[in-house]
Amino acid sequence: MVMAGESQFHVLAVDDSIIDRKIIQTLLKTLSYQVTTVDSGAKALEFLGLHQDDTTNPNTPSPPNNHQEVEVNLVITDYCMPGMTGYDLLKKIKESSLRNMPVVIMSSENVPSRITRCLEEGAEEFFLKPVRLSDLSKLRPLMLKTKLKDQNQKQEEKAAFQSPKLQQVEQKQQPSNDDKGKAIDEGLSPEKKN
Amino acid sequence: MDRNRLQHQVACMRRSLFDQGYLDEPFIQLEELQDDANPNFVQEIVTLFYTDSARLIQNIEHALNSRPIDFDKLDDYMHQFKGSSSSIGAKKVTNECTVFREYCSAENAEGCIRSFQQVKQEYAILRRKLEVYLQMVRQAAVSRTA
Repeated sequence: MVMAGESQFHVLAVDDSIIDRKIIQTLLKTLSYQVTTVDSGAKALEFLGLHQDDTTNPNTPSPPNNHQEVEVNLVITDYCMPGMTGYDLLKKIKESSLRNMPVVIMSSENVPSRITRCLEEGAEEFFLKPVRLSDLSKLRPLMLKTKLKDQNQKQEEKAAFQSPKLQQVEQKQQPSNDDKGKAIDEGLSPEKKN
Repeated sequence: MDRNRLQHQVACMRRSLFDQGYLDEPFIQLEELQDDANPNFVQEIVTLFYTDSARLIQNIEHALNSRPIDFDKLDDYMHQFKGSSSSIGAKKVTNECTVFREYCSAENAEGCIRSFQQVKQEYAILRRKLEVYLQMVRQAAVSRTA
């Protein structure tokens, strides 16, 4: 279900295999996502506006998109890549100002300890390759959840900086956050049934 | 030839490719992704597979001819080859790659050399069959109903 005025979700896919990149790109486009593919973790970090050494300050505040030219809503990455593995990339993202970015790992090998490690490091999902369309339909709720979290966060930050007088006026005009949250949840539930 | 006839031949050949275990489910997904927006998707992926495989086969051969054999490098190449053949649903090729990797992790040079012959053979067979099959698909697409 696409709400009116909602822009397309943008997925960044990372895989060193040219065949897998083409397949995942086509799969994601079939789901109406905007897709960018890169062939390495280093290029992924570059695209996200992160530098390789940009990940050491956990106190960096997050509105998450102050580095990026283009907003990315989710990163899906292969695990086994030369240089930086998908796990390394996951770690770097989670230690950066983009720590709220949903990251999904793909792997051709079913190694339980690997799966656990990735999930513990903050990966939202772990897909076994070959990845199916049905796997990728799990991505929308992840991106939606983060987008809503960001919107609420932005609203809170905005309210914190407003003058008390303005705050009073706005509170009279807008419904409370609770009501808004409820309405959105109701909107989401038909999707969950799918 | 009559379009219906050609389409029937295409369907028969397609079924046998699956029944005989040359192709597997991921290939069906590729077919499903082919549409007006991606009219040549299957051929494009298969062509990419040929190019990528040629590169990897060459690398593996070179690695097998080196002394001493670098088994880590070999495994890395074969991991890539297995990955791409699995992605397109090339079942027999993928299985031979698995056998090769077992010899590789055991650092069994002779086993690697032998099983690599099998990998190349299965790849060559699949390639021939796919070329015939996709040619037939193209013919059926441009043919007319009698």
